[in-house]
Order: sequence, then structure tokens, then C-alpha cells
Amino acid sequence: MTHRSTRRKAALTLTGVAVLAVVLAGCGAGPDNKQNSFRPKGTEAHKIYNLFTPIAFLAVAIGVLVLAGVLYVAIRFRHRPGRDDRPKQIHGSTPLEIGWTLIPAVILAVVAVPTVSTIFDLHSEPGPGAMTVTAIGKQWWWQFEYPKDGNGKQVVVADELHVPVNREIKVNLRACDPSLGAGAASCNVIHSFWVPELAGKTDVVPGHDNWMKFKADRTGTYLGQCAEYCGLSHANMRFRVIVQTQSDFDEWLAGQRDGPAVPLDQAGDAGDLFSTKFECTNCHTVSDSSASTYGPNLTHLASRSTFASGYFPLTKSKLVDWILNAPGLIPMQSKDCRLPPPATCVGMPSFTENTPKGKPTMTRQEAETIADFLLSLK
Amino acid sequence: MTTVSDALTVPTGRRISLLRRPKSSTGFWSWFTTVDHKKIALLYTGTALVFFVLGGIEALLIRLQLAQANGTVLTAAQYNQLFTMHGTTMVFLLGMPLAVAFGNYLIPLMIGARDVAFPRLNMFGYWAFLFGGCFLYSSFFLGGAPNGGWFGYTPLTSSPITSGILPGRGPDFWTVGLIMLGIGSTSSAINFIVTVINMRAPGMTLMRMPVFVWMMLVVAFLTLFAIPIVTVALIMVYADRNFATTFFLPGKGGDPLLYQHLFWLFGHPEVYILILPGMGIVSEVLPVFSRKPLFGYAVVVFSGIAIGFLGWGVWAHHMFATGLGPVAISAFGLSTMLIAIPTGVKIFNWLGTVWKGSVRLTTAMLFCLGFIAQFTIGGLSGVLHSVVPADTQQTDTYFVVAHFHYVLFGGLVFAVFGGFYYWFPKVYGRYMDERLGKLNFWTMVVGFNLTFFPMHLLGLWGQPRRTYRYDSGLGWEGLNVVATVGAFIIALSVLIFIVNVLVSRFRGAPAPDDAWDGRTLEWSIPSPPPEYNFAEIPDVEARDDFWHRKYTEDEEGRLLPLPSGGSDAAEVTTHDGAHDPSHGGHGIHMPSPSYFPAIVALGLPIIGYGAVFKTFWVLVPGAVVVLFGIYAWFIEPATASD
Repeated sequence: MTHRSTRRKAALTLTGVAVLAVVLAGCGAGPDNKQNSFRPKGTEAHKIYNLFTPIAFLAVAIGVLVLAGVLYVAIRFRHRPGRDDRPKQIHGSTPLEIGWTLIPAVILAVVAVPTVSTIFDLHSEPGPGAMTVTAIGKQWWWQFEYPKDGNGKQVVVADELHVPVNREIKVNLRACDPSLGAGAASCNVIHSFWVPELAGKTDVVPGHDNWMKFKADRTGTYLGQCAEYCGLSHANMRFRVIVQTQSDFDEWLAGQRDGPAVPLDQAGDAGDLFSTKFECTNCHTVSDSSASTYGPNLTHLASRSTFASGYFPLTKSKLVDWILNAPGLIPMQSKDCRLPPPATCVGMPSFTENTPKGKPTMTRQEAETIADFLLSLK
Repeated sequence: MTTVSDALTVPTGRRISLLRRPKSSTGFWSWFTTVDHKKIALLYTGTALVFFVLGGIEALLIRLQLAQANGTVLTAAQYNQLFTMHGTTMVFLLGMPLAVAFGNYLIPLMIGARDVAFPRLNMFGYWAFLFGGCFLYSSFFLGGAPNGGWFGYTPLTSSPITSGILPGRGPDFWTVGLIMLGIGSTSSAINFIVTVINMRAPGMTLMRMPVFVWMMLVVAFLTLFAIPIVTVALIMVYADRNFATTFFLPGKGGDPLLYQHLFWLFGHPEVYILILPGMGIVSEVLPVFSRKPLFGYAVVVFSGIAIGFLGWGVWAHHMFATGLGPVAISAFGLSTMLIAIPTGVKIFNWLGTVWKGSVRLTTAMLFCLGFIAQFTIGGLSGVLHSVVPADTQQTDTYFVVAHFHYVLFGGLVFAVFGGFYYWFPKVYGRYMDERLGKLNFWTMVVGFNLTFFPMHLLGLWGQPRRTYRYDSGLGWEGLNVVATVGAFIIALSVLIFIVNVLVSRFRGAPAPDDAWDGRTLEWSIPSPPPEYNFAEIPDVEARDDFWHRKYTEDEEGRLLPLPSGGSDAAEVTTHDGAHDPSHGGHGIHMPSPSYFPAIVALGLPIIGYGAVFKTFWVLVPGAVVVLFGIYAWFIEPATASD
């Protein structure tokens, strides 16, 4: 073999390895599903990705070496007929032991430095220009609260967190909602707030004032998911972060601060059905966007694109199905929700099944009336 | 040969017994009263394998559900019960009992003892395991299985049952059942510790002990210290749920994170309780099939002990996302990196053992090499978790599921299967079939990696754990299908294993006493071993003593068979020269069978059901049964007079 062909072979091999690496990296980046930690869209997610990637490659390299070592010793030293069956009895080697103790220690020390510095970076308080929102984890949906305006009124929304692009957002994470009562009664179980493309997850722990921060670097919709097992419908506890330009965001927030498009007492039949006949107002409000209630605040429901933890697009037919029989669409522990305490209730009841004595069952016609009303609440 | 419990026997001449003592040491009923460590080990093995199959069926159902987006095989409620029971089963009803099974069978044989220190306590441990496991599984028929996850985080699990947060009695079955299992584990741990410390044959110094025995000693200490922690946590959960205490209730002075600290202070040593026996098995098998001593014996032993100690200092790496603050999570990130060092050292020493050996790729050896490869992958993904910011993307996703299955399945289960193939000839005097064995191994490797490797990517692509469904359009379907196919290949592999065990048990090729040209004392006695193990207690003169009776080294350090070599001719130096080897064990007094361990253990589920259903009068008969059993046990001599 000539010198040149060896070199060409080496070049080909290198190109092949490079192509393979690119292909692998491309596949590894995975689907553009808006929930992919390999496709960071925020400062924090980028920092994590940039820390993880080189260390992951290092780990893969070490893994490949050890795997190759296992295969090598198994094949190379395999006993074959005719081969000496009396291997030299090696009991150990102090230099080797010291070597393979020190080398991993040095590698890990190298890994530890950026790890610790990134930890402190991600935990540093956000700057003065940051916007603070509060996320409250409930079973099985998220409530988001925006700061009070000049009139001392906050804005309460569910499922969809709107934020401005390129601005630091501090998210206060709460499992207790003081507006629902004092002490333990207001507290939920542990949840975890996770939007993979924007930042790592932080748990929402009852009794703890946890927080996290992120800064999205481009507009768009990013998917979030509760990441701590929180009971029956944990899988369905999703949410989305809608990143807008500052002006779009300001417009949205102003709209949310407005009063209801249709006040409940002017909603005709729908108002009676909603407040009196089916007692929806026990858990929801449709007339005050600053109120925190047991169920999602519906004052501006029609401004949203999804409902039910972002599980369904906000269409009339889905909304009607939901109003009639929500636990048929998303499992909830809500069989007794229409009964007075001490009956237990986690979620929204069905209005077609398990109707308690003395309570009405809902017709599709009634559900459509309510849905039309809700969809008018821009 | 005396057992420690002999000290408790009633003076001779007085027979106090509350039940007629069982006599037979063979036959069906003997399995209920035996105190023979080998029979107890087989009971542990068989029972654990039944739970392995149950946990495996749960896994297959989970994989079927996840094979498609918005799967409809299971409801949310069923799925949550199944993943809770899968985890609980594999940790408490497979991993821990199998370690006890191997320890039970092998520790006395490897240290040259005739039984464990407390034979009846040993049997009690088994019954507590069996009853605890059946108690947990009975929940499926009594209103629903546990559904709070194997980790049982509060306040989900501890919220009063009247709150409706977690309905059903499942969480109560979980707390009470685990306490029961913990009683069994603790008794085994005490037994192993006393056995290893007190009952080694003359000359079997600590640094001559087989590495497996060393690892089991470390595991026993970890168990002894870890179980009380989780027991306390479980009692607190039970009390919060049923008696309106507020240990974990925020707003009333309680703290949900207290539970996580307690649980993982148990839970992380638990990981090493599960993996160290596997490391012990591998350290026995590799030298035999490489015809070389273990490379760096002292370092391997020390690394195991170091892991045992460091294992207590890493618990909060399960809590990186809980808001502990940068100082705490940095510290736990660093301690987690630290524990990778002794783990890596072991891997290198194992490779050094095989290096330049004369390697025989038997099924046992293949499984142990598979252990090294796959455990390494699990270890490296573990290091990625110690990079805390990265962990906040990985924790509670399928990346973690991939990680710990590489450690516990790719690691522990592979080592255990290697152990089965390796010691089967000792137990039954027959080899397991090697062709089926190779098929078993390769299907297991393919199935395991197909199932769990894709999960690394799924997790990083955003798929969370413990979710019974995911939406279509997230790009997760393809790899989930691959994982499900892999799971069924694993099931096929386990089926092949079971067939192999059944066929080989009765038709396997007969194995000589020293089936593999072994190194440790168990190979110096007949297969299957007699009830008394050693007709004469051996006098141990070296590490791998049995090997050194067969071989020496020439000037270059090469293996040299001794002139009298060969397993059958191996001269056994005996300590107890009074006995003639031909007497067939007559005159050796072994502890006698007993009903009382079973009776004491029987009281536990009675108390358990009373506690779960809050029918507290039931506790009285349960306590009476336990007390009767304990008193009768103490009055009964360890060895019945002839």
C-alpha cells in the first residue's frame, strides 16, 4: 500500500466519521416537538445544553472505550484448542490501580468546574428588568398570576403562560393558593414546572417558595409538562408558554385586565344555567380576571387557543363534550364533586353521569348554550 | 460445630415444646419448616422469580400502553397502579430477595460454615418476605393496588384518605407492606453480619474471603442501617394518612421534603444494596472463566466498602429539582461524581482480571461480561446526572428510566443470571444447557438494549416518566414502539431461561463437584451439597484456598497444576480431624426444623390487614400469634434432642 493511498484512506475514514457524527447529531437533536431539550430556545436551556453536550460526548467516548475493552478481552484472550491454558497469574498492579483511580478523578474534577459555576449562574437572582409571574400547580392544571396593576388587580389565567421575548421571567412556583383558604386546605401536592426548550425543571413544593427563571430568545409556543408524579391525571397536566413580542404581550395583558366581554347577569339563559342550575360558579368565575378560583378562571376563555391543560384545541364541539362529561375526556376523581362537603372532589364533575339526587342532568342543548356563552368571552 | 443459637438452648433433659417438633428434612412439608440455609435460599429464589414474572407482566402491560400515542390498553388508574407495583416489585420483591437468596446459599459454603448463625431467624426472614409480597399483591383484589409510585412522595401519599387526593387503600397497603418486608430484610442482614463475622472457617481471614462474601457483608450493613430510616418514613406516612398527624403537611408545621430526605437516605443506599451483590457475583465468575485470580482483590474489596460509605452521602441527588439551593446541590453533585471513582476502579479491575487470561465464554461468563458493558453505560449516564443543570432536564424523564435500568437490569439482573448459570451445577449437580443459555443471553442483550437504549433519547426529547399517555405529533412513537418490541424480546428470553432451568434440573448434563475448575470452597464439596455442607470444616490457608490446593505458579507466574491436582484428588486439609470423611455426616448436629418462624411471620399480615382497613381489634389476634410464635421459638431448643 502506497503512502498516498493510506493517506486517502485516512481522509475517507475521517470524512465518514464526520458525516456519521453529523447524522447522529441530527438524529439526536430529535423531533421539533416544542418540548425537546436538544432544541433550546431560551438562555437557561442553552446554558444547560452547552454544558451537557461536551460532557455527554466525553461519556460516550469513555463508554465506547470500555465496551471495546470488554469485546477485546473477551475475543482476544478466548481460549482456543492448542492455546496455552496456563495463563500468567497476575494478582494486581499498584501503578495501574493508582492510575485508574487518578485519571477518572481528574476527568471528574474537570467536569465539576463548569457544573458548579453553571449551578450558581442558573440560581442567580434575575436582574431588575425581569417580569415576575406566579405559577400555581393544581390537580391537574396550572394557574398563572401576573403582577398587580395600578388598581391593585392581578391577572389570573390558566394553562397558557404568555411572556415577552428576550426578557427575563422569574416564575414563583407555588403549590399553595392562599386565596382558597388558610393553611393546609389551600395546598396541593408536589408538581414540577418544566418547559424543556426554555429551562430545566423546578419542583413546586407545598410550603416552599421555589422559583425559576428563563429568558426566551425567540417568539413561538413552547410545550410544558408537569414532571413530578401528582396522581391520577399527572400525564395530562400540560401547559404551554406563548412567547410574544413585548408589544403583542402588552396588548394581550391589557385585554386580560379588561372586564368580561359579556357580564354573567346579561348572559340570559346561559347565565342561569352557568350560575344557578349547574352551579358552575362554585368553582369558576367568568366575570373577574383577577380572581383565583378552585377551577380555571374563565373570564377570557375565548382568548385562548386551547383548554383543559392545553390538551384540547378550543373548539365548540370539544368544549360541549367537555362541559357535558369532562372526566370522560380526562380522568379525574370527581364522581362526588356535585355533592356538598365532606364529599371529596379532585377535578370537574360529569353533568351527564353520576348525577346526585336532586341535581339536574345536563342536555346537549344546555351544554351548547353554555359553550356559546363561554366562547363569547374574548 | 456450634451455632450461636445453641447458647439459647434449654438445659438438656427438659423438653418444653408447644407444638410437636417437625422431624423430616425431606419431602414437601419439609420446605415449610426447614432451617437449612440452602433450602431457604431456593425458596427465596423461586419466590423472587415468581415476583419477577409478575413485575415483568406489569412492565409488558406498561410497554403495550406506551407503544402508541394516546394508548388505550390501560386506564390512567390502572397504569398508575402498574408502574407503582412494577417498581416496588422489582426493588423489594426481586432485587433484595435475590441478593438474600445468593447470600444464603453461598455465604456459609464460601466461608466454610455449616449454616448461618441464626437458622430459624433465616427462615423467619423468608416468611416475612413471602407474606409481605403476597400482602402487597392482595391489594389488587381488595380495592386497588398502591398507586403513589414506588417512591411514594408526600403529600400525595400522606394526604388524609378523606381528602380524596389519592383514593383507595393502595397507599396503606404500600406503607404497611414495605414495613413488613423491611422486618424480613433486617433479620437477614443481622444474620449475614453475624455469620460472616463469627462463623468463618479457621484461617478464613477477612482478606481471604471471596469478594462476593465481602460485598454481601457491606450490603448487610447497608440494609441494617437503611431499613430503619424508611420504616420511620413509612410509619409517618401511614400516620398522616390515617391519624391526621401532620409530619408532611405544609401549613401545619410539616414538610413534604422531609419525606424525600428520609426516603432517599434509605433509597440511595438501597441502590447499592441492589447492585453490590451483582458486583460480588461478577468478581467470582470472571476469575474462574479467565483462569486468573481477581485483579487487585484488595482494591476491589476496598472499592465496594468505599461505595458503601459514599452511598450515604449522595441521597439528595434525587432531589436536584426540589429547590434545595445552589450550595446543597453543588455539594451533592460533587459527592455523586466522587462515587463514580470507586465504581470505575472496579470496572477496570474486572477488565484486568480477564486480560491475558484463558477465557471461556460460557453463558455465565457472557452474562458477567454483559454486566460490565451495560453497567458501564448506566454508570456513565449516572455521571451525567451529577452534572446538576443537565439533571434538571433529565430527572423524571425517560432518560432516568434508561439510566437506572442499565444499572439494575443491565447490571444486577445480568449478574444474577450469570450467577444462576454458574452455581446451578453446585445446587443440582447438573449443568444448565449451554445452547439454550447462549440463546438466553443473546436475546436478553438484544431485548434489553432495544428496550432501554432509546429511552435515553426519548427523555432528552421531552418524554416524562409516570405518564400513562402522550400526544401524537411529539415524535416519540417510533422509539416507543422499538422499546415495546424489545420488552417482548426480554420476555422471550426469560421464558427461555425458565425452560432451561426446568429441562436442566432433570435432564441436564451431570456436573462433577468442581464443575468449572473453581476457586472457592463451595466447589470442594459434593453437588448438591449435603445438609451439613462440610463433613470436616476446612482449614483455610490462602485466598482462593481451593484453587491453591489444585494449582501453583511456576517461576514466571504461570499456572502450574499440582502433581496431585484435579478436583477429585484435591487434598482437603481439615481442621476437625476427629471425623472420618466416610461417615456421611452422621454425628453432625444440625439445627432442627421448626414451625415457629412461620407462625411469627403469619402474625404480620394479620396485623397488616388490621392496620390497612383500620380495623384495629384485628391487631390483637395478630399480636397474639406473633407473641405465641416468639415465646415458643425461644423455649424451643435450636437442635432437637435425638
